[in-house]
Formats: sequence, structure tokens, C-alpha cells
Amino acid sequence: MTRETHEGGAAPAFEAIGLTRSYDLEGVSVDALRGVDLRIDQGEFVAILGPSGSGKSTLMHLLGCLDRPTSGVLRVGGVDVATLDDTRLAELRNETIGFVFQSFHLLARTPALDNVALPLVYRGVARSERRARAQKALEAVGLGHRLGHRPSQMSGGEQQRVAIARALVGDPKVVLADEPTGNLDTRNGDEVMALLEGLNADSGVAVVLVTHEPDVAARAHRQIHVRDGLIERDTRTRTAPAAASEGDGK
Amino acid sequence: MRTAEALRMALEALRVNRLRSTLTMLGVIIGVLAVVILVAIGTGAKNAVESEIAGLGSNIILVVPGQVGLGAAPTQSRLDLSDVAYVRRVVGDPSKVTVAVNSGEPVRVGRAEVFATLTGTDENMPNIFDRPLRRGRYMSATDVDTRRRVAVLGSEVAAKLFGDVDPVGRQVTISGVRFRVIGVYETVGSTFGVARDQEVHVPVTTAQRLIGLLRINGIAVGATGPDEIEPLQRKVVAALDARYPDEKFSAVTQTQLLGTIGTVLSMLTGVLAAIAGISLLVGGVGVSNIMLVSVRERTKEIGLRKALGARQRDVLWQFLIEAVLLTTIGGAIGIVAGVGGALLVQAVSPVPAAITWWSIVLAFGVSVGVGVFFGVAPARRAGRLDPVVALRAE
Repeated sequence: MTRETHEGGAAPAFEAIGLTRSYDLEGVSVDALRGVDLRIDQGEFVAILGPSGSGKSTLMHLLGCLDRPTSGVLRVGGVDVATLDDTRLAELRNETIGFVFQSFHLLARTPALDNVALPLVYRGVARSERRARAQKALEAVGLGHRLGHRPSQMSGGEQQRVAIARALVGDPKVVLADEPTGNLDTRNGDEVMALLEGLNADSGVAVVLVTHEPDVAARAHRQIHVRDGLIERDTRTRTAPAAASEGDGK
Repeated sequence: MRTAEALRMALEALRVNRLRSTLTMLGVIIGVLAVVILVAIGTGAKNAVESEIAGLGSNIILVVPGQVGLGAAPTQSRLDLSDVAYVRRVVGDPSKVTVAVNSGEPVRVGRAEVFATLTGTDENMPNIFDRPLRRGRYMSATDVDTRRRVAVLGSEVAAKLFGDVDPVGRQVTISGVRFRVIGVYETVGSTFGVARDQEVHVPVTTAQRLIGLLRINGIAVGATGPDEIEPLQRKVVAALDARYPDEKFSAVTQTQLLGTIGTVLSMLTGVLAAIAGISLLVGGVGVSNIMLVSVRERTKEIGLRKALGARQRDVLWQFLIEAVLLTTIGGAIGIVAGVGGALLVQAVSPVPAAITWWSIVLAFGVSVGVGVFFGVAPARRAGRLDPVVALRAE
């Protein structure tokens, strides 16, 4: 659905204007985001940092189309999410966004191959093609030999690689990674980061990761610091290789 | 998402939770099993009674004094043999009218004694009732006219008194009076609890003298065809009413008996099926309960599926199919077990069982319906879960 805007690479991956999100907690309104302006271009590698309660998770959920803003405009691949109903929003997630979670979120008793193929199920891809694409994705993360293994038989590092394969399998424009190294030791964390870096460099997929670890954030090309529901600082340490002729201006 | 995909997912989910799935299904299995078995037994009983009635003979009209109906006390008969002759004239064909007078009497041969139903009747009885002979002959008109002391024994009476010996030509003592056995009936079973194999038939004239009564208990008329039954019935009753203006007479046909008894037994079967249906409903509540537990337990999975692009209807469909699959598989197992159970009941007990296709179709349809009905609420709840909240669930 977003293909038509893709052509010139003109539409940014995300564009937020005056984004707010309030929660109603037992009658008390809590503002998690208080007006965020943000633009993330295709092919960028961005880290969102902030202490817990800063609103970074809320921002992540909004970017991932898992949640809707209370006010403000959010365009994903040029499409205003306010114009989409829940079904279209699910389709947008399916086609545009790949998720990687801190706690992997794999189906524990389902083989790796079927776990990876799951997004394609909801896209209506035929079973044989699903399996072929899932196998390629698993090979890309170095798990070509563990197709039939269940997550419960795998190490944390392997599980997160399965999750990355699942995020990749649908050829998304963006991978959203929520503390992807949070549950991993340094070595496995490095491996996961290397995979995300490679993904960003090789296929031009935008990677947005939420983290509170400065080491991890430092590997991204741009760091967005969030505090008290607002963007506190937005620094670019490297120019994105694939896109972004300008895109600064914040 | 395709239905085949949803089916595969649902089967996988049921397989993973094998014990829970089995226990949930058990409620449905027992419900369906109960429906199939109870309907089979109810229908079997109805068929058995109907075949008993049909086994009497065809196109029979029983004329009795008084009003026949549930709860009506039997009326003392005022009919005697002159009335039989009168009915014969009304009917036109004397051979299609017979008579019965009954009394319980002891029957003795040497030291062997049985208590039998002594039935006084005449030579026309075999023209109206199906009462085949095993040995000997029926009574003749001469036997009746000359009050001969001859008897035709029911098969059970014959077996008890004579064992393997052929009773024809031998003597029996009925109420102290000696009779010569001229025939033995085939085994015919019982009708409405009347053990017809325990009867002893003697000429009606002889019986009246033996009992000391001039009355008779009833008149049976045989119609020549099914279409003739009703007009003939009306004609006979009208004639008797005219002859005895102060009396009331009833004529009962097999069709009426079948109708009344059939209705009662159908109602009984219906009540049994309804009770069984309630247990099926309870099984459905169990399915609903387990599906709600399952949705709660798998909240994170639902959140993940939604994040990956599952639409509300995809999730709803997945859980609904799971519920329907539970009840459908349970229903299928219940049907197989129910048919097996009905056959077993038939094999080990005197209760006949007739497996009816409609009970199977109904039980299966209801179990699928129960799955849909009780699966919708949990499935909707699953479909509506907020992905952010669901993903955070622990």
C-alpha cells in the first residue's frame, strides 16, 4: 500500500509532527509523549535513548503502528496512520515493519522455520514459498542449520537471531528493535548488533532501536534522546550510507 | 489468512495442549454419546412396541364395553354371545368376528402346575389374529358348538407342563376339569405385558361354563383392508350403541394404539434427548471456559501475532476454529462411542436399540454449533486485544 510513495525514495520512513500520547490511568491523565517532531529517513540507523518512563517505549509503539497517537500526525512511509482502520494498520505493520523484541517473543513450541514464516502467513503467501523465504532469512542470520529446532532448544543469542530473521522475512522498510540486546550477554549482543548493522548497510533497511545502553546506541548513526515525553537531543554521528541527502534540521 | 492455515494453527494448538484439549472434549463427547445412546434406546423401544402391535395381525378392531382411555376404569362387561351373533350380522362376514373371555386359572398335568390365562374364543380367532400353530389344530366350530373340553396351549404353557413331550392328544386339568390338548401355538412373545405364550385357548362356550359366567370380555373384528377399518369401526360401535342405548362401547384399532403409544414413546425419547442435550450444553460451557483461559494464557502470543500483521479477524478466526475443532472432534468421537454404546446395550440387555441417522446428524450439528456459540466470546476477546498491552503481558 505504500509502494507508490517509495519510488523516488522521497517519502521518509517516519514523519511525526506534534505527536502526543496520553494514558488514562484510573481517571488521571498521564502524558507519555508531549509533542514530538521527528523525521527518520529510509536507510537510517537510529538509536532512541532515554531512562525508563521517558516515553521511548511509547514512541516505539507509535512508530510500530501498535498504538495510535492521541494527537499530532504520524506518517509511516508517507501514509498518515490516522486514515487507516485497524485492519489496514495491521497490513501496514505486516508489510512495512519488522519487529525485534527484548524477550524475543517467539512461539516456544513451534520450529524456527515456522516462527520466521509467521508474518508471511498473514500476508497470504503460499506455504511452500513461505518456507523457502523463511529458510533464506534463517540462512542470512547464520541459522541455516537449525531450521527445525524449537526456540526452547536454542540459546538466547540464537533465539534473537531467529527473531531478526522473522523481522526480515517480509522485506520490511524498517526494523524496529526494542532493547534487542537487553537479554543477551556481550558476545551475543555484539552478534545481534552486527546483524542489524549489516542489514542496514546491505539492504538499506532503516533500523530504529530503543536502548538504554550507550555502547549499543553508539553503534547507530544517529542518537535521539528522549526525556519526559519530549526529544531532548538528536545527534547524528555518521551519515546514513544509503539515503539522507539532508534530513537534519532538528 | 486462509482457512487451511487457521485450521493448521488450531490443530497445532490443540496438539500442544493435549491433556487439556482431551478433557475439554470429554464434556462434548459425553453429551453427544448420551444423545445418541438415549435416542437409540428410545427409538428401539418404540419400534419394539410397534412391532408387537403389528404382530397381532392386520386390520384388527377390538370392541370392548365402556370408554377406553388412560385413567378410565375398566367397565364390567354386559356383552354375551348373542351380542357376538348380532355383531356378526352387522359385519356381514361371520368368519371375521371372534370373541374373548379371559380368566386366570391353574393348569395341571400330573404334578406339574402352571397358572395360565384361560381364554375362551372360537374357530374364527385365527382369521383375525396372527397365531400360527406349532403342532396339532385350531379349535373347530363343532368344538365351540358342542362345548368340547379341548385346549390349544401357548408355547410356554406347553413347555412347562410337558417339556419335550408332544402334548397333542394328552390331558390337562384346568380348574379341576380335564381337557384334551388339540394344538400348541408358536411362540409369539408378549403384547403390552400380556404374555401371550402363557395363554390356554378353549372354546368360548366351554370357558363360560368353567368360569361360571355368561359374559364375554370383548369382540374382535377383522377388516378386509386398511381403508375399511374406520367405517367398520364406526358401524359396529353405532350398532352396539343402538342395541344398548344406556351403555357405552369403544372400538380400538391397531392404528390408534400405535398412534397413542407412539406419541408417548416419542415424547419419552424427546425428553431423554433433551436431558442429554443439556449435558452437551454443559460441555459447551466447558469449551467456552477453557477457551477463555487459553486466550488469557496466550495473550503474549496474540500480541505478537498482531504485531506481525495479524488482523483482528485473523486472531478471532484462529480461536474460533480452535473451539469448533474441539467440539467437532469431540462430537465425532461421541458419535462413534454412542453407536458402539447403543450396540453394546442391545447386545447385553433386552433393551432394543435403533440408531437413527437424525440423532447422529443432530448431535453432530449441535456440537459444531456449540463450538461456534461458545467459541465466539473468547475468540472476540482475543481478536480485540490491544497489541501493546498484550505484548507486555506476562
